[in-house]
Amino acid sequence: MTDSEFKEIQVTPKREVTTASEQMRPGLVFTPSVDIFETDHEITLLADLPGVTTKSLTIDLRENTLTLTGEVEPFEEASEEDIMIEYEIGKYYRQFTLSSVIDQSKIDAKLADGVLRLSLPKIEAATPRKIEVKAL
Amino acid sequence: MYYRRIFDLPTWGFKRTFGELDRLRNRMDELYGALSGGAFPKLSAGVFPLTNITEDGENFYVRAELPGIKSNELDIQVTSKGISISGERKIPEEGKNVKYHRREREAGKFSRLINLSGDVDVNKVDAKLKNGILTVKIRKAEATKPRQITVK
Repeated sequence: MTDSEFKEIQVTPKREVTTASEQMRPGLVFTPSVDIFETDHEITLLADLPGVTTKSLTIDLRENTLTLTGEVEPFEEASEEDIMIEYEIGKYYRQFTLSSVIDQSKIDAKLADGVLRLSLPKIEAATPRKIEVKAL
Repeated sequence: MYYRRIFDLPTWGFKRTFGELDRLRNRMDELYGALSGGAFPKLSAGVFPLTNITEDGENFYVRAELPGIKSNELDIQVTSKGISISGERKIPEEGKNVKYHRREREAGKFSRLINLSGDVDVNKVDAKLKNGILTVKIRKAEATKPRQITVK
């Protein structure tokens, strides 16, 4: 990321969820952009969810499947007329399958400025034990 | 805006919501763009951030999705004819020992100029950044406001 000083952001249009499964309610559904990275101790997920509030965000972890659902309230007034519309508003939905076993009691989620930061600590594996062999 | 003027087909209303036709066109643009390397004009200007502009009798509303950007990292300037939004989106390093599985969020600088369709009052601008959504409310100049005309 050292070259970020020179880099200009490119437009990435919002991607609509293509699978029609489970969508019972009308309205558009988008796939949020995410960063996922892993250290020895935890998996961290960052997701761009503009317009989503702490109340309207649902994070669900079942078995190894993590589901993010974010509802977005339309923020335009009814009296407004469109002049130029480049993006659409809808909810966010994305599912992930996690590879490591996650300690469900230590999951931590923070939402700030429309970005979710989800920390998923791994279950601490038994610390390796060194067995000393004693000479008799 | 320039786009609407070029493709001013009579069947296309000037003011309307994102219709099915636009959505179809967007899909086609994506396809053509992929084939021709972007030789076809697109519905949007293709400059970050994507912006929605609406109006009512009193104000213009400029909205953009800017997740993860703090208000002090944004530079908004309004002139009597338009608005400029620029800034930089920073994504901090997460340490050396991390292994990335996905990296879709983009960082970098951005700058966008938008012409508004009428004169505005530069002293009556209200910008808010909430939950990653920027809303700039710009009061229209008296000359731009629609006037009710009574027929005698």
